[in-house]
Amino acid sequence: MMWSWIPDNWSLIWQLTWETAKLGVLSALYGLIISVPVGIVAARWRWFYPPALIGANVLYGIPSLALFVALIPAFGLTDTTVIIALTIFSICIILPNVVEGLRSVPDAVRQAATAMGYGALRRLVTVELPLASPVIIGGLRVGMVSSISLASIGQLIGVSSLGYLFIDGLQRDFPTEIYVGGLLIIALAVVCDLILVGIRRILTPWQPRREKRSRRVTTVAVRGQAA
Amino acid sequence: MSFFSWAWDWVTASANWHGQGSIPQQILAHLGYTILPLLIAALIAVPAGVAIGHSRRGAVAAVNLANAARSIPTLGLLVLLAVLLGFSFLTWLLPLVALAIPPILVNAYEGVAGVDPGVKDAARGMGMTSWQQVTRVEVPIALPLILVGLRTGAIFVVATATIAAYIGLGGLGRFIIDGLASNEYGPVAGGALLVVVLAVLVLGFFAVLNRLVVPAGLRSQAKASRTE
Repeated sequence: MMWSWIPDNWSLIWQLTWETAKLGVLSALYGLIISVPVGIVAARWRWFYPPALIGANVLYGIPSLALFVALIPAFGLTDTTVIIALTIFSICIILPNVVEGLRSVPDAVRQAATAMGYGALRRLVTVELPLASPVIIGGLRVGMVSSISLASIGQLIGVSSLGYLFIDGLQRDFPTEIYVGGLLIIALAVVCDLILVGIRRILTPWQPRREKRSRRVTTVAVRGQAA
Repeated sequence: MSFFSWAWDWVTASANWHGQGSIPQQILAHLGYTILPLLIAALIAVPAGVAIGHSRRGAVAAVNLANAARSIPTLGLLVLLAVLLGFSFLTWLLPLVALAIPPILVNAYEGVAGVDPGVKDAARGMGMTSWQQVTRVEVPIALPLILVGLRTGAIFVVATATIAAYIGLGGLGRFIIDGLASNEYGPVAGGALLVVVLAVLVLGFFAVLNRLVVPAGLRSQAKASRTE
């Protein structure tokens, strides 16, 4: 470990961290924006869900590097390629949670909302989605942590991120760079995760402070993504 | 030209199927890089997950640790070991084993911990010892989830063995990394396509395995609950 390297390269480190955060966070948020409407459709029209789930599982089995490569002819060696690939992976993780979350809303609650004169749309927006939000945010957390970690692979097709420190560190045989890159990716993932936990607490004040997840939800959340 | 036409032209060119570093050789190498770490990870994580699920000791710590492990960038771990250890076999083995352990451990734990307490009571009531309860009742019932864990671990390892080519390993990643370095898109697309095919084959292999080893009663039950 050569500590002096860190202040000497401060601006580079800061820029790479910012780029990694941008790639990881944007992909997870795009994944959320796409998963919520698709999940609502899948929770309502049940025949739609099994094929969607199989599709998600197959897409999810694609190595990230292979997916980046497959998108190169269309989008080139750019941020867009990496963001689209990571968005696809995020959807595979978030979509099942949206569906599980909406399905876990008790029937009695739904009926009570209907009895109070709520229409389908108002019930969805003001009752079902808020009740499903802890599970949806659980999926978003996994999607965001994996996207941040995977963004570093984008460096192999030349898209700048903290992965640069890995590759440069290997070529120069300089472990300090690799430590800094790895620790910053983990730190970034932890910070984003804590922010999402905070958002969940603000959005769902009725939930107990300590996390309570049903067994089913944990199993969904365990998935994540490899390289 | 699209991704698929590039990939198809390269994969079907007969020159790529012969000689040093040909497609069949790299597929075999890739399988080698997949099977060994997966076996080691399974030998560690399945017994550990079953033990945690049965005793419920250390469950929260194990699940949280496994979730936290997801944020570790594998590329970083790989290059770090390459710099620290040089190109020994531990350099590629350790990250791949570390990658496969969390999903296998967590699913084995979830599977065993989720066994219906009534079934466990019945097993105890029939006079089974603790060991018999685990091996004859809990593990068979947990098998579908244990297989899901192994499948996820296998997919992780197949995918990541691709990246391992970056530190000089063989396997299908070789085509992608070398192609990118020499600006040839043919091998890049072809290598990526072959990795995806391999991943789909792994999914198929586990679907078959699931049919072979999961008790018939459990399968028909799963089918019944699905149609409900």
